[in-house]
Amino acid sequence: MFSVKRLSLILVVIMLAATMFTACSQSSNTNSNEINVGLNYELSGAGATYGQDTVDGIMMAIDEINAAGGVLGKKINPIKQDNKTDPAEATSITTKLATKENVVAILGPATSGATKASIPVAVKNKVPLITGSATADDITVDAKGVKEYGYRICFNDSFQGTVMANFALKNMNAKSAVVLMDSSSDYGKGLAKNFRETFTKAGGTIVEDEAFIKGDKDFSAVLTKIKDKNFDILLISGYYNEAGLIIKQAKDMGINKPILGGDGFDSPDLAKLAGNSALSNVFFSTHYSLLDKDATVVKFMDEFKKKYNKDSNAFNALGYDLGYFIADAIKRANSEDPTKIKEAIDATEGFKGVTGKFSIDENHNPVKTAVVIELKDGAQVSALKIEP
Amino acid sequence: MEQFVQQLINGLSLGSIYALIALGYTMVYGIVKLINFAHGDIFMVGAYVGFVSITYFNMGFFPALLIAMLFCAVLGVVIEKVAYKPLRNASRITALITAIGVSLLLEYVVMFFAKAGVRTYPENVLPNLEMTILGVRITFTQVCIFAVTIALVILLQFIVHKTRVGKAMRAVSMDKDAAQLMGINVNNTISVTFAIGSALAGAAGILVGVYYNSIDPLMGIIPGLKAFVAAVFGGIGIIPGAMIGGFSIGAVETMVSGYGSSLYKDAVAFAILILVLIVKPSGLLGKNTREKV
Amino acid sequence: MKQLFSFKNLKYSACVVALFGVIQLLISLNIFDDYYQITIATICINIILAVSLNLIAGFTGQFSLGHAGFMSIGAYACALITLNINSNYSFFLGIFVGAILSALLGFVIGIPTLRLKGDYLAIATLGMAEIIKIIAQNLEFTGGAAGLSDIPQYTNWVWLFFFTAGTVVVIKNFINSSHGRACVSIREDEIASEVMGINTTKYKVLAFVIGAFFAGIAGALYSTYFYVINPGLFGFLKSVDILVIVVIGGMGSIRGSIIASILLAIVSTYLQDFPEIRMILYSLILVVVMLAREFIKTKKINLDILNIKKYIKTNGAR
Repeated sequence: MFSVKRLSLILVVIMLAATMFTACSQSSNTNSNEINVGLNYELSGAGATYGQDTVDGIMMAIDEINAAGGVLGKKINPIKQDNKTDPAEATSITTKLATKENVVAILGPATSGATKASIPVAVKNKVPLITGSATADDITVDAKGVKEYGYRICFNDSFQGTVMANFALKNMNAKSAVVLMDSSSDYGKGLAKNFRETFTKAGGTIVEDEAFIKGDKDFSAVLTKIKDKNFDILLISGYYNEAGLIIKQAKDMGINKPILGGDGFDSPDLAKLAGNSALSNVFFSTHYSLLDKDATVVKFMDEFKKKYNKDSNAFNALGYDLGYFIADAIKRANSEDPTKIKEAIDATEGFKGVTGKFSIDENHNPVKTAVVIELKDGAQVSALKIEP
Repeated sequence: MEQFVQQLINGLSLGSIYALIALGYTMVYGIVKLINFAHGDIFMVGAYVGFVSITYFNMGFFPALLIAMLFCAVLGVVIEKVAYKPLRNASRITALITAIGVSLLLEYVVMFFAKAGVRTYPENVLPNLEMTILGVRITFTQVCIFAVTIALVILLQFIVHKTRVGKAMRAVSMDKDAAQLMGINVNNTISVTFAIGSALAGAAGILVGVYYNSIDPLMGIIPGLKAFVAAVFGGIGIIPGAMIGGFSIGAVETMVSGYGSSLYKDAVAFAILILVLIVKPSGLLGKNTREKV
Repeated sequence: MKQLFSFKNLKYSACVVALFGVIQLLISLNIFDDYYQITIATICINIILAVSLNLIAGFTGQFSLGHAGFMSIGAYACALITLNINSNYSFFLGIFVGAILSALLGFVIGIPTLRLKGDYLAIATLGMAEIIKIIAQNLEFTGGAAGLSDIPQYTNWVWLFFFTAGTVVVIKNFINSSHGRACVSIREDEIASEVMGINTTKYKVLAFVIGAFFAGIAGALYSTYFYVINPGLFGFLKSVDILVIVVIGGMGSIRGSIIASILLAIVSTYLQDFPEIRMILYSLILVVVMLAREFIKTKKINLDILNIKKYIKTNGAR
């Protein structure tokens, strides 16, 4: 009997030793012909949609860069890891990427929670971390100051919330609004909060404040409730998965008020979920418009469709830009030293990506133009540029 | 008043879906005393099978419904044979963890093949009709969902109470050993139960796909949980209880969103559940069994 | 006194101190670098959670699916205190308040729900945890869905070890006390123990409160180690994760819970290298382990390592 007990202990020890060994061997096999870039993404769990979409975009960019000869004469080697949409796991993976895999920079995570947990680790290990979709205001800067190694290339909540509130007030002469937000995501809550603040400060009133959670499919109860209320616009603060269904159910029910949203709307799935006929009188802010016929955008959309056999969305585009953004920074730094790359990121001026032309400001946010897009019968009919 | 009736209808169509999933939960629980956490994911698989047969094989609603039910029935039986049968005499918590393992497996296998993003059913699988009676709006899809649910429940009641298989099910759920002694093939009976329960979940899956037009690999978690709540609410192991539970949860949710705060709709549903359990520990229709020493 | 310094106790204490020394040495030599330290932190927090749930589910036989709810109370209390009170003692105050609040909640919830049995109790505790999650999602001062971030990292390896060892010692001693034996008797046969004059409600609630207290500590340690907490972390799946550890380690086996916590953390680090199929592999492992355990048990093969003590007992008695 005791031998069995001892056996189990030995087993545990062996496994511990084995992990150590594999981990050590990994760190030693850095290929000097490759530049390691870490991808810390939500490949499973509640945020898997956003993580997988961003990774698709990043991989496409890296494949293109490598096919064109890479950077500094070396190929970029993406090291992909799954953080399960769990901040603790994201912390662990960031540490692993920074200390064991010798990455020069980390891309991701996609959700704000996992990003917030990862940035302190990136700062501690002095590896730049760039997120493509964590929009919470305090991701890159908080009361204690700017997070030295944390960056993003997407809008933050206060920018988009303000843009949409001003659009509602000035362009649509709206006086009253109903806010319907995704209370389970900080994106939904952050956008709604900033919209509410700007809108009420300028004299608008919020008639009704309602919420849903990610994964809800039936919104008829809330929509029935607001149907007979008197309001000018409906703000849906959330992602396309739920927004598409809300728009469909609202139009079916006969709610024909203008519907506003943020870049969470920007996906071909919005039209699939809502149906083209319902997608009229819908406005949302995003990074780029299809009406621009910008060469970069058109090329990206064609290539993406060819590669993945589906239409691209905002997450794909932001991921694609992340890939080129880091390659650009490495090139300008002319070095594989993370600190030098960080300095190059700081100095980013007029980077031209699919999601627009942008620079990085002192708060590590991109300075880029937003466009407010109007949808009619499922197609983009007008785009209004709004400077930051 | 109009709004109230409208909300009631909203609640009933949502509740039908919960009821269909809850029926499977309750049947499986009644017969093997297992909380089959993979049930919500069988519902998801049903939605995907329906999606594939409608989009890629251009089937109509009813053929797709049958295929989804059939596929889920087979899946349910396979899961039972492979994962649950060896654990029939193990502690219930062991079986529960296995069920959770199966649930994760289904979710992530589907995610591996279909990716995490949403898929959308084509429009007009069912004719896009609607009518307005006294200011209350009812769509054809809502009527269909309600009708399919009621039809399946009646069929189920018939099977359980009027057929030999149903009699065997009731016998096995009362006393497995005694049933075996009476010459009932317990293994087959349990398989049939899993098949029927899973087929109902599959039906719910395709109904959700058609009604809401959006499916994703993790769509089974929340409805699964709520259906489980509904089953317990009505008295787990009791077929009419599951239906009443499903409709009640659906109605509570819509009423809270409609007249209270949508922020707390799930919290209220859970709070009512806890209250019901405290007042009547075996659920609404559950019989209080006397403890024997 | 004599009992306190018995040979067995001294032996165990020596082992604990030695373990601490070895790991401390490995950390200071930087063989255990940051990455291992995070894994160790996860292991320690999971041990506290699993051992405390084991007291409720494994020893007292009360099937709880809401342990993550108690964890979240501790996590939020400690995070709010360390974020708002800037003092050297705020960490300890946070842990203390978190644990007490969590225990208090355990008491308030335990009294009505512990009348329920088996699966009904499971669903009631699950509902309770979901309600806590939804409330945290909607309150202003808990940060809503975004939760709280930039929580100062007070927790380090020393405190983790201290609290983990403390939890194990306290729960182990509780189980070996007359109160603990009362709890075990409830698991074995509630009616019989009631007949024997044991106040079953009192002991069930007591086990629940103690379990909640330590879950609160685990939550507090979590929030001050991983910088960020949000309501989504403490959902149904977290409760299930804890339960998985308890069941794999063996219901009613503290040693099992500890070993299972370590093994699962190691498995998880291995799985990090398979990002695409990570969850598929994990779920397969889960199912296979459960089936294999049962297979071994029914075939009477003497390899049920994790349940060894119970095994010896049941077989020795024959």
